[in-house]
Amino acid sequence: QLDFWRHATSPGHPVDLRVTFPSLQAVKIFLESNNISYSIMIEDVQELLDEEKKTMMKPRRVERSTSTFDFASYHTLDEIYAWMDMLVDNHPSLVSKIQIGQSFENRPLYVLKFSTGGSTQPAIWLDTGIHAREWISPATGIWTANKIAEEYGQDPSVTTILDSMDIFFEIVTNPDGFAFTHNSDRLWRKTRSINAGSHCVGVDPNRNWDAGFGGSGSSSNPCSETYRGPYAHSEREVKAIVDFILGHGNVKSVISIHSYSQMLLFPYGYKTAPVPDHQELNELAKKAVSDLAALYGTKYTYGSVVDTIYMADGTTIDWAYDNGVKYAFSFELRDTGRYGFLLPSSQIIPTAAETWPALLDIMVHVLEHPY
Amino acid sequence: QDIADVGHKYHLELVLEDVLAKDSTVNCTAEVLYHLGHQPSAPEVQVTLQGELRNTAEADNVFYNRVKSLDQELVAENIPDSQGTVPPALEPLHLLAWVASGYLIWQNSTESTKLQLAQVKRVQQVRRSDEYLEFDYLVLLHEMVSQEIIPWQMRVLWHPQHGVQVTEDRHQPQHRLQ
Repeated sequence: QLDFWRHATSPGHPVDLRVTFPSLQAVKIFLESNNISYSIMIEDVQELLDEEKKTMMKPRRVERSTSTFDFASYHTLDEIYAWMDMLVDNHPSLVSKIQIGQSFENRPLYVLKFSTGGSTQPAIWLDTGIHAREWISPATGIWTANKIAEEYGQDPSVTTILDSMDIFFEIVTNPDGFAFTHNSDRLWRKTRSINAGSHCVGVDPNRNWDAGFGGSGSSSNPCSETYRGPYAHSEREVKAIVDFILGHGNVKSVISIHSYSQMLLFPYGYKTAPVPDHQELNELAKKAVSDLAALYGTKYTYGSVVDTIYMADGTTIDWAYDNGVKYAFSFELRDTGRYGFLLPSSQIIPTAAETWPALLDIMVHVLEHPY
Repeated sequence: QDIADVGHKYHLELVLEDVLAKDSTVNCTAEVLYHLGHQPSAPEVQVTLQGELRNTAEADNVFYNRVKSLDQELVAENIPDSQGTVPPALEPLHLLAWVASGYLIWQNSTESTKLQLAQVKRVQQVRRSDEYLEFDYLVLLHEMVSQEIIPWQMRVLWHPQHGVQVTEDRHQPQHRLQ
């Protein structure tokens, strides 16, 4: 009794045979003594069946979790890190989690990688939560990451983007600061690194980048909310991203998400001179904020950092631009001050939902304008 | 408008929107004069309303009577809380803080500052024998340009018919304790 999985068709063509354990020796001897060559395709079929059963059970359990994950409330660091693993489990062929370094207090710095394959596809970098108190930022990040995973294969734009580009998404870019806002001071902004010779803690991670570092758009005082740090990239949280992006070598866009003010910004913040690509970035920003407003009427202003908000040096997007990343944007999400950093959780999903078309506009433009 | 030896004058056209009744808007114009000089002084403001503000007498009286009838002095903390929630019963205290901190912001603004109320850290009612309600507030103001959070203490008097008054205020030097 032999179980043919591929039957004999004509001489010279292979057949596939499942053999039960008791018959194994006899079959091997028969084949060998008749000079029929064979190779083992599957060592243990039962093992495979058991594995398959397990993986079939798992997503059903996990899927229940990610579909019951409450996107409409603010979460702790542990909850967010657990959700990341659920997202990967749910979309294993699209999403993976990589660690790019450690924070000052030795928390892992995780990045979600969205990829459909290829060795170093051109990539888009997204980060949320670089400033600890801007809770709406990582909350929007979670919803958006989930949206990207869901829409691959469904939404034509997302599908075409991911078919030729990778997306790297760091949800909690400043985990030490974020944990501090949960445990101690809800309005903490900076990292939690210790400053030599000062009782004041922390560096502004958005003044620590090597782009116009040390100018009047940042502070030299460790007690200040915009303290630039002792030197550029002194913060592990910043250095990890710098190393990752430079090491990758093919990042085409950096989008950094903050709150509040309702603005879409592009470089420069450290000088008043417009960037060479000013016109293109300006037009793209204009389109993005228009599509953002289409959902709930939320009005955004847009322009370069220095023209629109204030002088700021050592910022993420200025560094990115000066390092060859043309499409460098910064979002300042809701609101304009009524709740400020303490945005009610009821506004999380509306904020994320309206920001989505704006993000898509930028990503589609990046895809369609390779450089 | 640059006024030589005096300061900078701004002419503004604004639309006021009622936070509690979004479709209720009033146009207004304003003139703001920031004085030159080393002594910090509040900008001079002239406002002309082109319409009427919504009448809030009923809601004011309800709140007033509720507080007056409490056995113990009202105390509350963290308005809004970390999640941005304000319990409905505390909303009037939140709004009162907005108005009172508006005064602080006016008195302490320059052309390079943008101050907002970030949070009411603590509010404690102060018992009075007269008809006024008095609250001792510790508020946190957020200054946009420096990104600093400035704790500010203020004493606020309020009466439905007599309006809001900030009778004293004190702020800690910049950089709250870390």
